[in-house]
Amino acid sequence: MIEAVGLTKRYGAKTAVYNLSFQVRPGAVTGFLGPNGSGKSTTMRMILGLDNPTAGQVTIGGHPYRRLPNAPRQVGALLDAKAVHGGRHARNHLLSLAQLSGIPARRVDEVLGVVGLQEVAKKRSKGFSLGMGQRLGIAAALLGDPQVLLFDEPINGLDPEGILWVRNLMKALAAEGRTVFVSSHLMSEMAVTADHLIVIGRGQLLADMNIRDFISANSADFARVRTPDSEPQQREKLTSALTEAGGQVLPEQDGALRVMGLPLPRISDLAHDADVRLWELSPHQASLEEAYMRMTQGAVDYRSTSDQRAGLQQELPPGAMPPVQVPVPGQGQPGWYAPPPPQQGGQPFAMPQGQPAGPYGAPAAPGGPGEPNPYAQAAPAPHAAPDMTKPEDAR
Amino acid sequence: MATTQVVRSEWTKIRSVASTVWTLSLAAVVTVALGMLISLLSRNEWDSMSTRDQLFFDPTYTSFAGMSLGQLAMIVFGVLVVSNEYSTGMIRTSLAAVPQRGTFLFGKIAVATGLAFAVGLATSFLAFFVGQTTLGEHSASIGDEGVLRAVIGGGLYMTLIAVFSMAVATMLRGPMLSLGILMPFFFLISGILAAVSATEKIGRFLPDQAGNKIMQVVPPVDDDTPYGPWGGLGIMVLWVVAALLGAYAVIKKRDA
Repeated sequence: MIEAVGLTKRYGAKTAVYNLSFQVRPGAVTGFLGPNGSGKSTTMRMILGLDNPTAGQVTIGGHPYRRLPNAPRQVGALLDAKAVHGGRHARNHLLSLAQLSGIPARRVDEVLGVVGLQEVAKKRSKGFSLGMGQRLGIAAALLGDPQVLLFDEPINGLDPEGILWVRNLMKALAAEGRTVFVSSHLMSEMAVTADHLIVIGRGQLLADMNIRDFISANSADFARVRTPDSEPQQREKLTSALTEAGGQVLPEQDGALRVMGLPLPRISDLAHDADVRLWELSPHQASLEEAYMRMTQGAVDYRSTSDQRAGLQQELPPGAMPPVQVPVPGQGQPGWYAPPPPQQGGQPFAMPQGQPAGPYGAPAAPGGPGEPNPYAQAAPAPHAAPDMTKPEDAR
Repeated sequence: MATTQVVRSEWTKIRSVASTVWTLSLAAVVTVALGMLISLLSRNEWDSMSTRDQLFFDPTYTSFAGMSLGQLAMIVFGVLVVSNEYSTGMIRTSLAAVPQRGTFLFGKIAVATGLAFAVGLATSFLAFFVGQTTLGEHSASIGDEGVLRAVIGGGLYMTLIAVFSMAVATMLRGPMLSLGILMPFFFLISGILAAVSATEKIGRFLPDQAGNKIMQVVPPVDDDTPYGPWGGLGIMVLWVVAALLGAYAVIKKRDA
């Protein structure tokens, strides 16, 4: 069990983690999600006692890591697959770590077998691919047969076979009653690996819930309805009929309609009553990726813009047509992934406002109640981009 | 318990990287070879030397002339032992395994120090005997007064240089920054301070100049150094201890 209470970390003026409280329970794979720079790795380092929190604390089994008896036998971690001296053999790398933790050398050969690196055990890790490095890092985490495991981006660079292996490994470790805490950016993988999610953005907790609850809470299931492309008036007709019946209708980019608040059979009935033919009527269940994107869209620090290529623009020869810019999903289009929020007029997601008492009785803001939440102002306003194809603006 | 674990682990680490062998053998080869060269030159120039110089000729110290260059390889060894952890990021894995950072730091430095002492002592003896053989009739004998002290002192000097570098590298973390500060410190600053009479007296208290004293058997002309051979080594030890305390304070508090 990992428990963080009011965890805060500042680097000078920058606040990396702010008032973070969560629990990671044994017997489940807990996914740790958040945009780049949201404080995931900082949190992991604080769990391992590598960085000292500015305020608050994080404990493993009730002890801060640095006071944990026999820590390396209780906690295993993969922080950075590249954190290996390239000139050292894989086996010697693991051997030095095993000796450091008082683990017999026999165990080194065991874990090399577990991660499938026996063949290259005597090779310098300099020549390892990213995937092999990840395997070596996972081997190091498994060395002490620990009850608590932390993995920071363990599947980056792995081949499909390796990804499947890691997925099954995580699940198996959790099934044995261990605490497994995994950060990743690969949503599709998280969706099938994790049981529970902790999502942070800009160093603050955005969500701490079961993965199924997370998806349904942060996305609206909707129906996609398509009327014949050739008859736009049918589309208008259906839109007004559905809106009258209490549904929420938004245009999709490809001309279809996104309908919320009405069950599929009801949509079909309404269309029939309005004498509108349907080319498509399909249920749409949001993916973890969509739910995640919607939750974190306001907490993304590093966002790409669409490539104007203005710096490369040359005078077009007379008569030539400028190249058509095809919009890239997600690029320069904040909220592209985001269906509108389930609640009307609400914040697009539950960015903490003010200082609510933490779910674990966390203290209010470290540094006294008078201190304003540095992120309260930064809570994102709904995007006000002029692009009319975006669902938010259609509201 | 934790100490023996750290020592065993550090021994595995230090013997499994190529830089250990390279830096230490370079330190030995450069020291011995350059000492031999200077000894050879001294022997050939003997007749053209002034009587004063002949009178104050120190065959032991002459055979250690290569140490001024060989110590640079020792500095690199000391820096790399520590900064390898930081430049690769291993330090996080290591400190996660040994949350007692003092134990980790001193275990690591102890292993590297032991190795540096073994190599330094062997180098010192080798440099002495090779140098004396080259000097021929002007040579000193290991049984002469103060000679054994100077030879063992040569090994201690090289060891202390390495330890000082380890401590500085722990504070600075990066290999480039550490070498960029240590190399000029030992190669330029003490030379510059010694060249100007006003600062000469300050320069004498730098670790390398103070430590050098232990390798002298015949004191130079007009020697007014306020400390003896062991006093000089003591000053160097104080520098090393201060650097180690700094390293300990830093690693204890700093985020890894």
